[in-house]
Amino acid sequence: MTTLAKYLFGVVAALVVLALYHVHPALAQEAPEAVAEAAEEVAKLDTGDTAWMLTSTALVLMMTIPGLALFYGGMVRKKNVLATVMQSFAVTCIVTIVWMVVSYSLAFKDGGAMNAYIGGLDAFLLHGMGSDTLSGTIPESVFMTFQMTFAIITPALICGAFADRMKFSALVIFMVLWSIFIYAPIAHWVWGGGFLGDLGVLDFAGGTVVHINAGIAGLVCALFLGKRVGYGTENMAPYNLVYAVIGASLLWVGWFGFNAGSAVASNGAAGMAMAVTQIATAMAALAWMFIEWIVHKKPSVLGIISGAVAGLVAITPASGFVDPVGALWIGAAAGLGCFFAATTVKKAIGYDDSLDAFGVHAVGGIIGALLTGVFAVEAIGGTPGLLEGNPGQVFTQLEGIVATIVWSGVGTFVILVITNILVGVRVSQAVEIEGLDINLHGEVVQ
Amino acid sequence: MKLVMAIIKPFKLDEVRQALTELGLQGMTVTEVKGYGRQKGHTEIYRGAEYAVNFLPKIKIEVVVPAKMVDKAVDAIVAAAKTGQIGDGKIFVVPVEQTVRIRTGETNESAL
Repeated sequence: MTTLAKYLFGVVAALVVLALYHVHPALAQEAPEAVAEAAEEVAKLDTGDTAWMLTSTALVLMMTIPGLALFYGGMVRKKNVLATVMQSFAVTCIVTIVWMVVSYSLAFKDGGAMNAYIGGLDAFLLHGMGSDTLSGTIPESVFMTFQMTFAIITPALICGAFADRMKFSALVIFMVLWSIFIYAPIAHWVWGGGFLGDLGVLDFAGGTVVHINAGIAGLVCALFLGKRVGYGTENMAPYNLVYAVIGASLLWVGWFGFNAGSAVASNGAAGMAMAVTQIATAMAALAWMFIEWIVHKKPSVLGIISGAVAGLVAITPASGFVDPVGALWIGAAAGLGCFFAATTVKKAIGYDDSLDAFGVHAVGGIIGALLTGVFAVEAIGGTPGLLEGNPGQVFTQLEGIVATIVWSGVGTFVILVITNILVGVRVSQAVEIEGLDINLHGEVVQ
Repeated sequence: MKLVMAIIKPFKLDEVRQALTELGLQGMTVTEVKGYGRQKGHTEIYRGAEYAVNFLPKIKIEVVVPAKMVDKAVDAIVAAAKTGQIGDGKIFVVPVEQTVRIRTGETNESAL
Protein backbone atom coordinates (compact mmCIF):
# COMPACT_ATOMS: atom_id res chain seq x y z
CA MET A 1 0.00 0.00 0.00
CA THR A 2 2.73 2.44 0.91
CA THR A 3 4.51 1.93 -2.42
CA LEU A 4 1.24 2.55 -4.20
CA ALA A 5 0.73 5.75 -2.18
CA LYS A 6 4.22 6.86 -3.06
CA TYR A 7 3.59 6.05 -6.71
CA LEU A 8 0.33 7.99 -6.71
CA PHE A 9 1.99 10.94 -4.92
CA GLY A 10 4.76 10.89 -7.50
CA VAL A 11 2.30 11.02 -10.37
CA VAL A 12 0.33 13.84 -8.79
CA ALA A 13 3.50 15.80 -8.09
CA ALA A 14 4.65 15.34 -11.67
CA LEU A 15 1.29 16.53 -12.96
CA VAL A 16 1.42 19.58 -10.71
CA VAL A 17 4.90 20.41 -11.95
CA LEU A 18 3.79 19.97 -15.55
CA ALA A 19 0.75 22.14 -14.92
CA LEU A 20 2.91 24.82 -13.35
CA TYR A 21 5.21 24.66 -16.34
CA HIS A 22 2.27 25.39 -18.60
CA VAL A 23 0.72 28.04 -16.43
CA HIS A 24 3.96 29.83 -15.56
CA PRO A 25 7.12 28.48 -17.15
CA ALA A 26 9.27 30.89 -15.16
CA LEU A 27 8.34 29.20 -11.86
CA ALA A 28 9.61 25.90 -13.08
CA GLN A 29 12.83 27.43 -14.40
CA GLU A 30 13.67 29.12 -11.15
CA ALA A 31 15.22 26.15 -9.46
CA PRO A 32 18.04 25.32 -11.89
CA GLU A 33 18.94 29.00 -12.23
CA ALA A 34 19.29 29.40 -8.49
CA VAL A 35 21.69 26.47 -8.41
CA ALA A 36 23.75 27.96 -11.22
CA GLU A 37 23.88 31.32 -9.43
CA ALA A 38 25.22 29.76 -6.27
CA ALA A 39 27.93 27.99 -8.22
CA GLU A 40 29.10 31.11 -10.06
CA GLU A 41 28.81 33.52 -7.16
CA VAL A 42 32.58 34.01 -7.05
CA ALA A 43 32.95 36.02 -10.26
CA LYS A 44 30.13 36.81 -12.61
CA LEU A 45 29.91 39.55 -15.13
CA ASP A 46 27.04 41.94 -14.49
CA THR A 47 25.82 43.51 -17.70
CA GLY A 48 24.18 46.44 -15.90
CA ASP A 49 27.40 47.28 -14.09
CA THR A 50 29.42 46.85 -17.25
CA ALA A 51 27.13 49.10 -19.29
CA TRP A 52 27.35 51.87 -16.68
CA MET A 53 31.13 51.58 -16.40
CA LEU A 54 31.57 51.75 -20.18
CA THR A 55 29.48 54.93 -20.07
CA SER A 56 31.36 56.35 -17.09
CA THR A 57 34.69 55.76 -18.79
CA ALA A 58 33.57 57.80 -21.80
CA LEU A 59 32.26 60.55 -19.49
CA VAL A 60 35.52 60.84 -17.56
CA LEU A 61 37.59 60.96 -20.76
CA MET A 62 35.30 63.78 -21.90
CA MET A 63 36.27 65.70 -18.77
CA THR A 64 39.84 66.08 -20.04
CA ILE A 65 39.19 66.34 -23.76
CA PRO A 66 37.51 68.59 -24.50
CA GLY A 67 36.34 69.62 -21.00
CA LEU A 68 39.54 70.61 -19.25
CA ALA A 69 41.16 71.67 -22.54
CA LEU A 70 38.40 74.25 -23.09
CA PHE A 71 38.20 75.26 -19.42
CA TYR A 72 41.91 76.06 -19.32
CA GLY A 73 42.13 77.22 -22.95
CA GLY A 74 39.43 79.81 -22.39
CA MET A 75 41.19 81.25 -19.35
CA VAL A 76 44.61 81.96 -20.85
CA ARG A 77 45.51 84.80 -23.18
CA LYS A 78 44.92 84.51 -26.91
CA LYS A 79 48.59 83.90 -27.68
CA ASN A 80 48.63 80.74 -25.53
CA VAL A 81 45.25 79.16 -26.28
CA LEU A 82 46.53 76.44 -28.59
CA ALA A 83 49.48 75.58 -26.36
CA THR A 84 47.06 75.15 -23.47
CA VAL A 85 44.55 72.91 -25.24
CA MET A 86 47.53 71.00 -26.66
CA GLN A 87 48.66 70.23 -23.11
CA SER A 88 45.39 68.51 -22.19
CA PHE A 89 45.30 66.60 -25.46
CA ALA A 90 48.94 65.51 -25.34
CA VAL A 91 48.65 64.44 -21.70
CA THR A 92 45.66 62.29 -22.68
CA CYS A 93 47.78 60.50 -25.27
CA ILE A 94 50.97 60.25 -23.17
CA VAL A 95 49.26 58.90 -20.06
CA THR A 96 47.24 56.39 -22.07
CA ILE A 97 50.46 54.76 -23.24
CA VAL A 98 52.26 55.02 -19.88
CA TRP A 99 49.22 53.53 -18.13
CA MET A 100 49.06 50.69 -20.62
CA VAL A 101 52.78 49.93 -20.32
CA VAL A 102 53.38 50.13 -16.60
CA SER A 103 51.26 52.46 -14.43
CA TYR A 104 48.11 50.33 -14.33
CA SER A 105 50.14 47.43 -13.06
CA LEU A 106 51.95 49.56 -10.47
CA ALA A 107 48.66 51.01 -9.24
CA PHE A 108 46.41 47.97 -9.15
CA LYS A 109 48.45 44.73 -9.11
CA ASP A 110 49.84 43.04 -6.04
CA GLY A 111 53.23 44.37 -5.05
CA GLY A 112 54.26 41.46 -2.81
CA ALA A 113 56.37 42.61 0.13
CA MET A 114 56.11 46.25 -0.99
CA ASN A 115 52.35 46.11 -1.54
CA ALA A 116 51.62 48.72 1.11
CA TYR A 117 53.44 51.31 -1.03
CA ILE A 118 53.49 50.16 -4.64
CA GLY A 119 51.94 47.49 -6.83
CA GLY A 120 53.77 44.90 -8.89
CA LEU A 121 54.62 44.48 -12.54
CA ASP A 122 52.38 41.47 -13.21
CA ALA A 123 50.35 43.46 -15.71
CA PHE A 124 53.28 45.06 -17.53
CA LEU A 125 51.97 45.83 -21.04
CA LEU A 126 48.59 44.70 -19.64
CA HIS A 127 49.86 41.14 -19.55
CA GLY A 128 47.15 38.74 -18.46
CA MET A 129 44.22 40.96 -19.40
CA GLY A 130 41.93 39.10 -21.78
CA SER A 131 38.40 39.73 -22.93
CA ASP A 132 37.18 37.27 -20.27
CA THR A 133 39.17 38.49 -17.26
CA LEU A 134 36.98 40.21 -14.71
CA SER A 135 37.53 42.90 -12.13
CA GLY A 136 34.65 42.46 -9.72
CA THR A 137 31.53 42.29 -11.86
CA ILE A 138 32.93 44.08 -14.92
CA PRO A 139 35.56 43.12 -17.49
CA GLU A 140 39.07 44.05 -16.41
CA SER A 141 39.46 45.89 -19.72
CA VAL A 142 36.68 48.26 -18.68
CA PHE A 143 38.08 48.74 -15.18
CA MET A 144 41.57 49.38 -16.58
CA THR A 145 40.28 51.96 -19.08
CA PHE A 146 38.05 53.61 -16.47
CA GLN A 147 41.03 54.02 -14.15
CA MET A 148 43.11 55.20 -17.11
CA THR A 149 40.81 58.19 -17.57
CA PHE A 150 41.51 59.16 -13.93
CA ALA A 151 45.23 58.78 -14.50
CA ILE A 152 44.81 61.10 -17.53
CA ILE A 153 42.92 63.94 -15.90
CA THR A 154 45.12 64.15 -12.79
CA PRO A 155 48.34 65.34 -14.50
CA ALA A 156 46.27 67.36 -16.99
CA LEU A 157 44.94 69.37 -14.04
CA ILE A 158 48.50 70.37 -13.07
CA CYS A 159 48.82 72.23 -16.39
CA GLY A 160 46.68 75.00 -14.92
CA ALA A 161 49.50 75.96 -12.56
CA PHE A 162 52.27 76.36 -15.13
CA ALA A 163 50.14 77.63 -18.01
CA ASP A 164 51.68 80.34 -20.20
CA ARG A 165 55.34 79.45 -19.51
CA MET A 166 56.23 75.73 -19.60
CA LYS A 167 58.22 74.25 -22.47
CA PHE A 168 56.33 71.56 -24.33
CA SER A 169 59.34 69.24 -24.38
CA ALA A 170 59.58 69.62 -20.60
CA LEU A 171 55.88 68.86 -20.28
CA VAL A 172 56.26 65.56 -22.14
CA ILE A 173 59.12 64.36 -19.92
CA PHE A 174 57.47 65.66 -16.74
CA MET A 175 54.17 63.92 -17.46
CA VAL A 176 55.73 60.53 -18.18
CA LEU A 177 57.73 60.59 -14.94
CA TRP A 178 54.89 62.06 -12.90
CA SER A 179 52.38 59.41 -14.01
CA ILE A 180 54.73 56.58 -13.07
CA PHE A 181 56.30 57.88 -9.88
CA ILE A 182 53.60 60.06 -8.34
CA TYR A 183 50.18 59.04 -9.62
CA ALA A 184 50.60 55.27 -9.69
CA PRO A 185 51.89 54.93 -6.09
CA ILE A 186 49.24 57.24 -4.61
CA ALA A 187 46.44 55.49 -6.54
CA HIS A 188 47.85 52.22 -5.16
CA TRP A 189 47.95 53.55 -1.59
CA VAL A 190 44.25 54.39 -1.64
CA TRP A 191 42.60 52.05 -4.14
CA GLY A 192 45.09 49.33 -5.00
CA GLY A 193 45.50 47.69 -1.60
CA GLY A 194 48.08 50.11 -0.19
CA PHE A 195 48.47 51.54 3.28
CA LEU A 196 46.04 54.46 3.08
CA GLY A 197 43.18 52.18 2.09
CA ASP A 198 44.15 49.84 4.95
CA LEU A 199 44.19 52.75 7.39
CA GLY A 200 40.56 53.42 6.50
CA VAL A 201 41.04 56.68 4.58
CA LEU A 202 37.79 57.44 2.79
CA ASP A 203 38.31 58.60 -0.79
CA PHE A 204 35.41 57.53 -2.92
CA ALA A 205 36.42 58.98 -6.29
CA GLY A 206 39.80 60.61 -5.89
CA GLY A 207 39.82 63.66 -3.62
CA THR A 208 43.31 62.77 -2.43
CA VAL A 209 44.54 60.65 -5.34
CA VAL A 210 43.44 63.09 -8.04
CA HIS A 211 42.78 66.55 -6.66
CA ILE A 212 45.06 67.09 -3.66
CA ASN A 213 47.76 65.28 -5.61
CA ALA A 214 47.38 67.44 -8.72
CA GLY A 215 46.87 70.65 -6.75
CA ILE A 216 50.01 70.21 -4.65
CA ALA A 217 52.02 69.27 -7.74
CA GLY A 218 50.62 72.43 -9.32
CA LEU A 219 51.77 74.61 -6.45
CA VAL A 220 55.27 73.12 -6.61
CA CYS A 221 55.34 73.76 -10.38
CA ALA A 222 54.14 77.36 -9.95
CA LEU A 223 56.84 78.02 -7.35
CA PHE A 224 59.56 76.21 -9.33
CA LEU A 225 58.84 77.95 -12.63
CA GLY A 226 58.28 81.35 -11.07
CA LYS A 227 55.84 84.06 -12.00
CA ARG A 228 54.85 84.86 -15.55
CA VAL A 229 56.43 87.90 -17.17
CA GLY A 230 54.21 90.84 -16.27
CA TYR A 231 52.30 89.01 -13.53
CA GLY A 232 50.51 91.56 -11.39
CA THR A 233 51.14 94.43 -13.78
CA GLU A 234 50.01 93.33 -17.24
CA ASN A 235 46.48 92.52 -18.27
CA MET A 236 46.12 88.75 -18.18
CA ALA A 237 42.38 88.66 -18.74
CA PRO A 238 41.00 85.40 -20.17
CA TYR A 239 40.85 85.11 -23.94
CA ASN A 240 37.34 83.70 -24.14
CA LEU A 241 35.27 82.86 -21.08
CA VAL A 242 32.63 81.18 -23.22
CA TYR A 243 35.16 78.39 -23.87
CA ALA A 244 35.76 78.20 -20.13
CA VAL A 245 32.01 77.91 -19.49
CA ILE A 246 31.69 75.10 -22.03
CA GLY A 247 34.70 73.41 -20.47
CA ALA A 248 33.39 73.73 -16.92
CA SER A 249 29.99 72.41 -18.03
CA LEU A 250 31.58 69.38 -19.70
CA LEU A 251 33.55 68.81 -16.50
CA TRP A 252 30.34 68.93 -14.48
CA VAL A 253 28.50 66.45 -16.71
CA GLY A 254 31.56 64.23 -17.00
CA TRP A 255 31.90 64.22 -13.23
CA PHE A 256 28.86 61.93 -12.98
CA GLY A 257 31.07 59.30 -14.57
CA PHE A 258 33.86 60.26 -12.19
CA ASN A 259 31.84 60.05 -8.96
CA ALA A 260 28.85 57.83 -9.72
CA GLY A 261 31.18 55.67 -11.82
CA SER A 262 33.43 55.19 -8.82
CA ALA A 263 30.76 52.92 -7.33
CA VAL A 264 32.01 50.52 -10.06
CA ALA A 265 28.45 49.30 -10.16
CA SER A 266 25.06 50.32 -11.42
CA ASN A 267 23.38 50.54 -8.05
CA GLY A 268 22.11 52.71 -5.19
CA ALA A 269 25.59 53.89 -4.25
CA ALA A 270 26.08 55.22 -7.79
CA GLY A 271 22.70 56.94 -7.64
CA MET A 272 23.45 58.62 -4.32
CA ALA A 273 26.89 59.66 -5.56
CA MET A 274 25.24 61.34 -8.54
CA ALA A 275 22.72 63.17 -6.38
CA VAL A 276 25.24 64.52 -3.86
CA THR A 277 27.58 65.54 -6.69
CA GLN A 278 24.88 67.66 -8.29
CA ILE A 279 23.87 69.25 -4.98
CA ALA A 280 27.38 70.08 -3.76
CA THR A 281 28.35 71.54 -7.14
CA ALA A 282 25.38 73.88 -7.34
CA MET A 283 25.87 74.97 -3.73
CA ALA A 284 29.57 75.70 -4.24
CA ALA A 285 28.87 77.66 -7.44
CA LEU A 286 26.32 79.80 -5.59
CA ALA A 287 28.61 80.24 -2.58
CA TRP A 288 31.44 81.55 -4.80
CA MET A 289 29.02 83.73 -6.76
CA PHE A 290 27.50 85.37 -3.68
CA ILE A 291 30.78 85.94 -1.81
CA GLU A 292 32.27 87.45 -4.96
CA TRP A 293 29.18 89.60 -5.38
CA ILE A 294 29.73 90.91 -1.84
CA VAL A 295 33.51 91.33 -2.01
CA HIS A 296 34.04 92.44 -5.63
CA LYS A 297 30.57 93.94 -6.21
CA LYS A 298 29.72 91.78 -9.23
CA PRO A 299 28.75 88.10 -9.66
CA SER A 300 31.09 86.97 -12.42
CA VAL A 301 30.87 84.17 -14.98
CA LEU A 302 34.39 83.03 -14.13
CA GLY A 303 33.34 83.06 -10.48
CA ILE A 304 30.29 80.83 -10.80
CA ILE A 305 32.10 78.26 -12.95
CA SER A 306 35.12 78.29 -10.62
CA GLY A 307 32.80 77.65 -7.71
CA ALA A 308 31.17 74.77 -9.55
CA VAL A 309 34.54 73.12 -10.16
CA ALA A 310 35.49 73.69 -6.51
CA GLY A 311 32.28 71.92 -5.47
CA LEU A 312 32.91 69.03 -7.85
CA VAL A 313 36.40 68.64 -6.40
CA ALA A 314 35.26 68.75 -2.78
CA ILE A 315 32.40 66.26 -3.16
CA THR A 316 34.66 63.79 -4.98
CA PRO A 317 36.08 62.00 -1.92
CA ALA A 318 32.74 62.25 -0.11
CA SER A 319 30.39 61.19 -2.87
CA GLY A 320 29.94 57.58 -1.70
CA PHE A 321 29.79 58.39 1.98
CA VAL A 322 27.62 61.45 2.66
CA ASP A 323 23.94 62.30 2.38
CA PRO A 324 22.43 65.25 0.52
CA VAL A 325 22.58 67.58 3.54
CA GLY A 326 26.24 66.77 4.03
CA ALA A 327 26.75 67.57 0.34
CA LEU A 328 25.14 70.97 0.85
CA TRP A 329 27.63 71.86 3.59
CA ILE A 330 30.60 70.49 1.67
CA GLY A 331 29.58 72.55 -1.35
CA ALA A 332 29.23 75.74 0.69
CA ALA A 333 32.60 75.22 2.38
CA ALA A 334 34.31 74.51 -0.95
CA GLY A 335 32.86 77.56 -2.68
CA LEU A 336 33.92 79.91 0.10
CA GLY A 337 37.25 78.22 0.87
CA CYS A 338 38.41 78.07 -2.75
CA PHE A 339 37.30 81.65 -3.39
CA PHE A 340 39.57 82.89 -0.61
CA ALA A 341 42.39 80.58 -1.68
CA ALA A 342 42.28 81.71 -5.32
CA THR A 343 41.88 85.41 -4.55
CA THR A 344 43.08 86.55 -1.11
CA VAL A 345 45.60 83.83 -0.23
CA LYS A 346 47.19 83.75 -3.68
CA LYS A 347 47.58 87.52 -3.69
CA ALA A 348 48.95 87.59 -0.12
CA ILE A 349 51.58 84.88 -0.68
CA GLY A 350 52.39 86.00 -4.21
CA TYR A 351 52.83 82.70 -6.11
CA ASP A 352 51.60 82.66 -9.70
CA ASP A 353 49.29 79.65 -9.99
CA SER A 354 48.04 80.76 -13.41
CA LEU A 355 44.66 79.02 -13.48
CA ASP A 356 44.38 78.07 -9.79
CA ALA A 357 45.21 74.39 -9.93
CA PHE A 358 46.28 74.69 -6.29
CA GLY A 359 43.59 77.13 -5.17
CA VAL A 360 40.75 75.02 -6.53
CA HIS A 361 42.01 71.43 -6.63
CA ALA A 362 44.30 71.17 -3.60
CA VAL A 363 42.22 73.43 -1.37
CA GLY A 364 38.91 71.97 -2.57
CA GLY A 365 40.33 68.47 -2.25
CA ILE A 366 41.52 69.06 1.31
CA ILE A 367 38.18 70.61 2.33
CA GLY A 368 36.38 67.65 0.79
CA ALA A 369 38.65 65.02 2.33
CA LEU A 370 38.34 66.49 5.82
CA LEU A 371 34.60 67.05 5.60
CA THR A 372 34.14 63.48 4.38
CA GLY A 373 35.39 62.52 7.83
CA VAL A 374 32.87 64.90 9.38
CA PHE A 375 29.75 64.15 7.35
CA ALA A 376 30.17 60.41 6.54
CA VAL A 377 26.91 58.55 7.16
CA GLU A 378 27.18 54.91 8.19
CA ALA A 379 23.90 53.99 6.52
CA ILE A 380 25.22 55.25 3.18
CA GLY A 381 28.88 54.32 2.94
CA GLY A 382 29.34 51.97 5.86
CA THR A 383 31.56 54.34 7.84
CA PRO A 384 30.33 56.88 10.40
CA GLY A 385 31.89 60.34 10.54
CA LEU A 386 32.42 62.91 13.28
CA LEU A 387 28.73 63.84 13.39
CA GLU A 388 27.83 60.19 14.03
CA GLY A 389 30.28 59.99 16.91
CA ASN A 390 33.45 58.90 15.10
CA PRO A 391 35.88 61.83 15.42
CA GLY A 392 38.80 59.52 14.65
CA GLN A 393 37.75 59.45 11.00
CA VAL A 394 38.77 63.10 10.63
CA PHE A 395 42.29 62.22 11.77
CA THR A 396 42.37 59.24 9.44
CA GLN A 397 41.42 61.59 6.62
CA LEU A 398 44.19 63.94 7.72
CA GLU A 399 46.73 61.12 7.45
CA GLY A 400 45.68 60.55 3.88
CA ILE A 401 46.01 64.26 3.11
CA VAL A 402 49.46 64.58 4.69
CA ALA A 403 50.83 61.46 3.01
CA THR A 404 49.61 62.72 -0.38
CA ILE A 405 51.00 66.23 0.15
CA VAL A 406 54.42 64.91 1.15
CA TRP A 407 54.81 62.40 -1.69
CA SER A 408 53.33 64.66 -4.34
CA GLY A 409 55.21 67.75 -3.15
CA VAL A 410 58.64 66.19 -2.82
CA GLY A 411 58.27 63.90 -5.83
CA THR A 412 57.08 66.69 -8.11
CA PHE A 413 60.03 68.83 -7.07
CA VAL A 414 62.50 66.04 -7.86
CA ILE A 415 60.89 65.43 -11.26
CA LEU A 416 61.04 69.15 -12.04
CA VAL A 417 64.74 69.25 -11.17
CA ILE A 418 65.43 66.27 -13.46
CA THR A 419 63.35 67.75 -16.27
CA ASN A 420 65.06 71.10 -15.85
CA ILE A 421 68.49 69.46 -16.20
CA LEU A 422 67.39 67.53 -19.29
CA VAL A 423 65.65 70.22 -21.35
CA GLY A 424 64.92 73.24 -19.13
CA VAL A 425 61.37 73.70 -17.88
CA ARG A 426 60.66 77.30 -18.80
CA VAL A 427 60.51 79.00 -22.18
CA SER A 428 62.70 82.04 -22.86
CA GLN A 429 61.34 85.46 -22.02
CA ALA A 430 61.08 86.34 -25.70
CA VAL A 431 59.00 83.23 -26.39
CA GLU A 432 56.80 83.90 -23.38
CA ILE A 433 56.10 87.47 -24.42
CA GLU A 434 55.39 86.66 -28.04
CA GLY A 435 53.29 83.64 -27.11
CA LEU A 436 53.63 79.88 -26.88
CA ASP A 437 51.33 79.10 -29.79
CA ILE A 438 53.47 80.54 -32.55
CA ASN A 439 56.83 79.66 -30.96
CA LEU A 440 56.18 76.14 -29.66
CA HIS A 441 53.59 74.92 -32.12
CA GLY A 442 53.86 77.15 -35.17
CA GLU A 443 50.17 77.98 -35.14
CA VAL A 444 48.00 80.86 -33.99
CA VAL A 445 44.36 81.61 -33.27
CA GLN A 446 43.27 84.56 -35.37
CA MET B 1 33.73 116.36 -50.79
CA LYS B 2 34.31 115.71 -47.10
CA LEU B 3 35.21 112.63 -45.12
CA VAL B 4 33.01 112.33 -42.06
CA MET B 5 34.71 110.11 -39.51
CA ALA B 6 32.61 109.24 -36.47
CA ILE B 7 33.69 107.26 -33.40
CA ILE B 8 30.58 105.95 -31.69
CA LYS B 9 29.40 103.45 -29.12
CA PRO B 10 29.19 100.04 -30.75
CA PHE B 11 25.52 99.44 -29.95
CA LYS B 12 24.56 102.68 -31.74
CA LEU B 13 25.87 101.52 -35.11
CA ASP B 14 22.57 100.39 -36.54
CA GLU B 15 20.73 103.59 -35.63
CA VAL B 16 23.48 105.67 -37.19
CA ARG B 17 23.46 103.55 -40.32
CA GLN B 18 19.69 104.02 -40.65
CA ALA B 19 19.91 107.77 -40.13
CA LEU B 20 22.58 108.13 -42.81
CA THR B 21 20.70 105.89 -45.23
CA GLU B 22 17.60 108.07 -44.79
CA LEU B 23 19.66 111.04 -45.96
CA GLY B 24 20.28 109.19 -49.21
CA LEU B 25 23.91 108.29 -48.52
CA GLN B 26 24.74 105.09 -50.33
CA GLY B 27 27.69 103.60 -48.50
CA MET B 28 29.98 103.67 -45.54
CA THR B 29 32.97 101.86 -44.08
CA VAL B 30 32.88 100.55 -40.53
CA THR B 31 35.79 99.44 -38.37
CA GLU B 32 35.94 97.99 -34.87
CA VAL B 33 38.41 100.14 -32.99
CA LYS B 34 39.65 100.69 -29.45
CA GLY B 35 40.45 103.94 -27.74
CA TYR B 36 39.73 106.30 -24.92
CA GLY B 37 38.78 109.88 -24.33
CA ARG B 38 37.30 111.49 -21.24
CA GLN B 39 35.47 108.27 -20.44
CA LYS B 40 38.86 106.63 -19.75
CA GLY B 41 38.85 102.85 -19.40
CA HIS B 42 37.27 100.48 -16.94
CA THR B 43 38.31 97.77 -14.48
CA GLU B 44 37.89 94.05 -15.01
CA ILE B 45 38.19 91.52 -12.18
CA TYR B 46 39.06 87.86 -12.78
CA ARG B 47 39.24 85.71 -9.64
CA GLY B 48 40.23 88.77 -7.66
CA ALA B 49 42.88 89.98 -10.13
CA GLU B 50 41.99 93.52 -11.19
CA TYR B 51 42.98 94.79 -14.61
CA ALA B 52 42.61 98.39 -15.72
CA VAL B 53 41.45 98.33 -19.32
CA ASN B 54 42.46 101.66 -20.88
CA PHE B 55 41.14 101.11 -24.38
CA LEU B 56 37.42 100.64 -24.79
CA PRO B 57 35.80 99.08 -27.83
CA LYS B 58 34.24 101.62 -30.20
CA ILE B 59 33.03 101.69 -33.79
CA LYS B 60 34.56 103.99 -36.36
CA ILE B 61 32.32 104.98 -39.27
CA GLU B 62 33.83 106.59 -42.35
CA VAL B 63 31.59 108.11 -44.97
CA VAL B 64 32.50 110.53 -47.78
CA VAL B 65 29.76 113.03 -48.60
CA PRO B 66 29.29 115.98 -50.98
CA ALA B 67 30.24 119.26 -49.25
CA LYS B 68 26.62 120.45 -49.13
CA MET B 69 25.57 117.30 -47.27
CA VAL B 70 28.14 117.54 -44.48
CA ASP B 71 26.03 119.38 -41.93
CA LYS B 72 23.02 117.10 -42.43
CA ALA B 73 25.21 114.00 -42.11
CA VAL B 74 26.88 115.28 -38.96
CA ASP B 75 23.53 116.23 -37.42
CA ALA B 76 22.08 112.82 -38.27
CA ILE B 77 24.99 111.01 -36.63
CA VAL B 78 24.80 113.18 -33.52
CA ALA B 79 21.06 112.61 -33.21
CA ALA B 80 21.34 108.86 -33.66
CA ALA B 81 24.48 108.18 -31.59
CA LYS B 82 23.73 110.38 -28.60
CA THR B 83 22.92 108.80 -25.25
CA GLY B 84 23.92 111.77 -23.10
CA GLN B 85 26.33 109.54 -21.18
CA ILE B 86 30.09 109.99 -21.17
CA GLY B 87 31.74 108.01 -23.98
CA ASP B 88 29.28 108.80 -26.79
CA GLY B 89 32.20 109.50 -29.13
CA LYS B 90 33.37 112.19 -31.55
CA ILE B 91 32.98 113.25 -35.16
CA PHE B 92 35.79 114.57 -37.36
CA VAL B 93 35.31 116.16 -40.77
CA VAL B 94 38.23 116.32 -43.18
CA PRO B 95 38.48 117.42 -46.83
CA VAL B 96 38.76 114.80 -49.57
CA GLU B 97 40.73 115.60 -52.75
CA GLN B 98 39.55 112.93 -55.09
CA THR B 99 37.22 109.94 -55.38
CA VAL B 100 37.31 107.22 -58.03
CA ARG B 101 34.82 104.41 -58.52
CA ILE B 102 37.05 101.48 -59.48
CA ARG B 103 34.48 99.62 -61.59
CA THR B 104 33.56 102.48 -63.93
CA GLY B 105 36.34 105.00 -63.52
CA GLU B 106 33.81 107.72 -62.52
CA THR B 107 35.35 110.41 -60.39
CA ASN B 108 34.48 112.73 -57.53
CA GLU B 109 30.82 113.39 -56.62
CA SER B 110 29.45 111.10 -59.31
CA ALA B 111 31.53 108.33 -57.75
CA LEU B 112 30.02 108.74 -54.29
